[in-house]
This record gives sequence, C-alpha cells and structure tokens, in this order.
Amino acid sequence: MDPASHVDAVRDVAIEDGRIAAIGQNLDAAGATELDASGLIVAPGFIDMHVHLREPGFEHAETIESGSRAAAAGGFTSICCMPNTSPINDNATVTSYIIERAERHAVVNVFPIGAITKGSAGEQLAAIGLMKEAGIVAISDDGRPVMNARVMRRAMETARSFGLPVIDHCEDLHLSAGGDMNEGVESVRLGLRGIPAASEDVMVARDILLAQLTGARFHVAHISSRHSVEMLAFAKARGLPVTSEATPHHFALSDSEMPPYDSNYKMKPPLRSTCDVAAITDGIVNGAIDAIATDHAPHAGSEKMQEFEQCPFGILGLETAIGITLERLVHPGKITLMRMIELFTTGPDRVLNLNRGRLAIGSHADVTLFDTQRSWTYDVNRSASKSRNSPFHGYTFRGGPVASIVSGKLAWAADHVGLGVPAASQ
Amino acid sequence: MPGGLLGIESLDRVEIEHILDRAKRFQPRQTDAKKSDQLRGRMIVNLFFEASTRTRTSFEIAAKRLGADAISITASASSVSKGESLVDTLNTLGAMHPDAIVMRHAASGAPHFLARYLPTPIINAGDGTHEHPTQALLDARTILDRRPTLEGLRVAIIGDIAHSRVARSNMYLLSKFGAQIVLCGPASLLPPELTELAPNISLTHKMEDAIRDADVIMMLRVQLERQHEAAFSANEYFQFYGLRLEHMSLAKPDAIVMHPGPINRGREISSEVADSQRSVILNQVENGIAVRMAVLERILGN
Repeated sequence: MDPASHVDAVRDVAIEDGRIAAIGQNLDAAGATELDASGLIVAPGFIDMHVHLREPGFEHAETIESGSRAAAAGGFTSICCMPNTSPINDNATVTSYIIERAERHAVVNVFPIGAITKGSAGEQLAAIGLMKEAGIVAISDDGRPVMNARVMRRAMETARSFGLPVIDHCEDLHLSAGGDMNEGVESVRLGLRGIPAASEDVMVARDILLAQLTGARFHVAHISSRHSVEMLAFAKARGLPVTSEATPHHFALSDSEMPPYDSNYKMKPPLRSTCDVAAITDGIVNGAIDAIATDHAPHAGSEKMQEFEQCPFGILGLETAIGITLERLVHPGKITLMRMIELFTTGPDRVLNLNRGRLAIGSHADVTLFDTQRSWTYDVNRSASKSRNSPFHGYTFRGGPVASIVSGKLAWAADHVGLGVPAASQ
Repeated sequence: MPGGLLGIESLDRVEIEHILDRAKRFQPRQTDAKKSDQLRGRMIVNLFFEASTRTRTSFEIAAKRLGADAISITASASSVSKGESLVDTLNTLGAMHPDAIVMRHAASGAPHFLARYLPTPIINAGDGTHEHPTQALLDARTILDRRPTLEGLRVAIIGDIAHSRVARSNMYLLSKFGAQIVLCGPASLLPPELTELAPNISLTHKMEDAIRDADVIMMLRVQLERQHEAAFSANEYFQFYGLRLEHMSLAKPDAIVMHPGPINRGREISSEVADSQRSVILNQVENGIAVRMAVLERILGN
C-alpha cells in the first residue's frame, strides 16, 4: 500500500542497491533474497518525526543506537531527533556529531532537528542556516518553547528563508508553571497541580498568527487539546501553511485512565480529558492533523521512581505506535488503513521534505512490513530502548510491526516471522 | 484497611463507622485507663517529611497509649538531606521491619507511590494537597459528639480549598454520610471541578452564603506557601474570608466552629470566635488521639 501513488494492490517489490528497482506482478527474483510478505501490509518506511534519542549527554536513558533499534522494532525506518540533548543541538558541530554517530550506530535513518534559539533559552537565534547545511530538517525548542513572540517571529522568518519548518511545542510556560498533569477533575481529585489546555491553545493561536505574519511553515508538535485542533482546522481552511502531529497516547488515553500517581502516565502535554481525546481522533480523521509522531521520551528507571511531582515528563512511544493506531483508529473503523499509512509516511514527509515515505521506483528502499491481525502483548522489559517508561506495558494489540527495511537492509524483524536476524551495521 | 490507610475516598461507610465507634471508646471520658497493652511489642515509625507538631505528637501518643513503641523521624534530620531517594529511605526503614509507617509528605501521592513497593502498612498523615484521612475522621468524631448523625447537616468549609488536603478528606467523608457541603473561597482557590469529586457539594465565593444555616463551620489555614501570585493581603483576606463573631448569627444557633490548626488569629479566624463557646478546636485535638488509636488498632490489631 502506497499513499503517494494511491496503490493498494498485491505486488512484488524489487530492491537493488538500496533503492526500489521495480514494483509489479510476478517480478523475476532470480539471484535475489526473497522475503515472503504474504498476509502482511507492505508500506513505505514509517517516519517518526518526533523522537528524543538522548545522545549526546543522557546516554544512560537512550543512545542513538538503542533509540534507532527501538524505532526499527516499532516499524519505523526514519526518525527525527529533537535537539534537547546535552549539549543542545544548536550549532552545526552538534548536528554533524549526531549525523556521524547515526551513520555508524543507527539501524534506521536519523534526521536531526535543530534548536530555534541558543541553548533553547528563548533569547538568541541558534545558527539555523549552518545547521541546515549540516543536515537538520526542522527547528524546534521542544520542551523549552520560545516564550517571546518577537524571537519566535524572527525564528520563523529565518526558517522561511532556509526552507525549514518551525516545530513548536506549544505551551505557555507561565500558564503551565508547576503543573504535573492536565488541569481538570482528576488533577483536583489527586491534589496535583494542573496544566490547563489553554496553555497549549494560547501558543497555537500565537504561532498561527505569526505564521500568517511571516509566511513560515509552522508545525504543531504533539497537539493535545480540542481548541488547538479547531484552530488548526481554521488556519488550514484559510490556506495557511500550518500542520500538526498527534501522539498515540493523546488519542488513546485520557487523564481519567491514569492509575493514581503513576509516573509512566506523566508527559507533556499531559493526557487530556476524554473530550480532547475525541477531538484529537476527529482531527486525525478530518485532516486537521497531518501526522502521527510518538514523542518517544526515554527516562531512566530511577528518574521515574520518585514522587510524582519530581518525575520528569515523557514516555516511550516507538514500539507501540503501530499497535495503538491499529487498535484505536483502524479496527474501530475511524480511519482506513491507507490513511493510517499516510499519517506515518507522506504526512510527516510533507512537513519535512525528507524525500522518504513513498514506494516509487528509484526512491530509497525504506519499507515497513506490518500485520493487522496477529495479537501480541507489549512487554516493556524486552524493549530495545534503554528505558522502561511506558504506560502501555502489558497491553495486547491486534496487529503490529513485522519488519523494517532501511535502504534495502533488514533493520529488524519480529521473532515469529523467521526473517532472520537484523542486518544491522554492526 | 489492614493494608494501611491512604485516604478517605476509597473507604466505605462501614469501615468509617467502625473506626468512629472504636474512637469513641478511646476518648478520655470513656475510659479511666490511660494506657493499654493492646499493641505491645509493635513498632510504629512516624516519618515526617513536612513540619508538623500536632499530628506527629498525636500519632505518637496514640501509639504509646496502645502500648506500641513509636519512633519519630523528621526529614531534615534524616538521610533525605543527604540526597537519598524516597524509595531508598523507605526501603531502608522497611528492612527494619516496623509494623506500620505513619507518613507525612509534601508531595501529593507520595504514600500511594510507596505503598506500591513496600509491604509495610502505610498510614497517610497528610500528602501534599491530596488527603489527610485521620483529620477527616477526627472531625467526624467531633461533629458526632454533638449531633446524632452527619446526614442532612449543612457543613461550610471555608478558605484555601484548592490546596487543602483537610478539605478533600472531609468532603469525601461527609458526602458519604449525606451531609450537604458548601465550599467557600476566592475563585483562585476554589476550582469548579470540586463539585465533581463527590455528591452534595456546592460552591460559593460569598462567606455569608456559606455560613447561612450552617450546622458546622470548618475554617482552613491560609497556606501562603502554596498560593503564589494569587495570595491576598492578610487584611483583605480577613475582610472577605475571615470568620468573625458577626457571621455567627447567620449560622444555626447551635452551630460549631472547627479548624484543623494551627490557627492564624486575625487571618482566617478572629480570636473572639476561636475562643468562643462555639469553637470545638480543642475537642478536635483531643479526638485526634482517639481516632488515631482506633486507626492503629484497626491496622495492627489482631
């Protein structure tokens, strides 16, 4: 199935020298390694445009290698890593370091996202042009959003001149300060400080207006609130170059489903109300939301084994994304399988222009194989990630990733299919 | 309940009634013997990560009156100040095999988090802005010393509701027994979602509306440390949310005034009211010991 060419048919795909060589029926496989994908979906390699790889600086929680292995095990062949490492990816040296490390150690394609401001401090713009030359595909101060609208304006102008999208983690830090979970009945019940949905909404509104002012491409990271979805739809209807992504956890879980004080349910933006969860689903159905991204955010066990308010924000996401999306959106008939694939391929590619996410002759041979029927249970203790912070541990999904092929090489295959061991770079 | 006492929300009426009945038998006027040996040989650790004099002392006395050994540890004097994590601190204490840990912590849910990892029963002596179950039990005991039932009583809880663990535990308990609860405070300290926590809860920003026809008036301490930019000046707060004698004429003639302490005279309650016949503040303190004895007996008794 290939959304870019609207193909939904039983076909053979031939790969040669890391590129798609042919797509057709009964292709001659003489001399080739054959991979029987009967009963599986063969799709363009999935792209996760929002991942935290923690390297450099926080290698105890994740590395480029371990994160890339988790990505491959989740059916992703390309991932974009956020700049909040240590040091922060706010200059071409760090960008090059990440790219070099990825070339040596990653089993999937890694595309760095550069910081908007130096040190993500929200004051001085980072070396955006030089980072672009070094290989960044977008800019974002994810997690430490730019509060100053004037700085954001300049960032958008700069990004526009270098052809980069601006990804904003939309959160008014003054409004959300001290908050640990969504503000609502549950936060009042648990005596935890709330993060109101309005803290997201006011920044989405600001950034839409700034995108209008500057003509920049603006992308909302991990959209979680119903009013933000409405504003996105409004801005799109007016023809503004705005896009958005949603995470699986924001369309699968609401704040009322959190076991009391379980830090594996603590992330930003927080799990919202059931009303917001429904709105995120609607946004995915009607196109206000363009991509599914995981916001994979590993944290070492000890960091999450604290008082709830002390625990850092963020959860794993790479290995459960396909399962959750099938379970919550495709099986209930909310979206088609083709739309799901689009959300993981052409959707993010349209935002980032990675030149990935399609099965076309001559394109990179990145292929995701998944099935839609086989039941499996997620065991986070077997995760390829170095961290264990997932609320989906023990969940059973119908359908999930089966194999990930990156530039023609098998990066990962599920144990049960017997496709052999991952042909990783080392 | 043998597994500990984390909050009122999850307790049922039968369990609460049982404790309140037992607590009555531990009241000084009901018994001549000050000390029993019911819990002889039992070890109770009072672990206080937040300053507290009355609750800690109350638990200590309750334990000793039942013949148990009680040790009190305050956080500043413990390994917490050396950077040990909460889990490690509790695991260390757990390895010394106390029979129960009484715990106060500034973080909501801290005892719930630990209860998942520790086999020792934990009694919540106040967690952040979440619950303070023994306070609600002693408040209910105090009301029931003066009224035959909680059902139908009109209870005004006034002050910083948003940050009050006392208010939450009392709301849950009173609501389970059919009392009508009116919560009162400025909008910044009174989130509208409070009405969804339990049945029979209403909100008002006007003190007069809260007190009118009240059977019970519960005042809360002003928690300046949690209010940040929304804090009122002392003067302005007292003007709008301080309980003064003139208010008492709006309440039922036999209405009682309660306060979990420590009171700030002239801040949330005037001296005249605090010292008046209506005030049962010292009865609350007295019942604190009786109720905590009942809780310890329930959790540790055979």
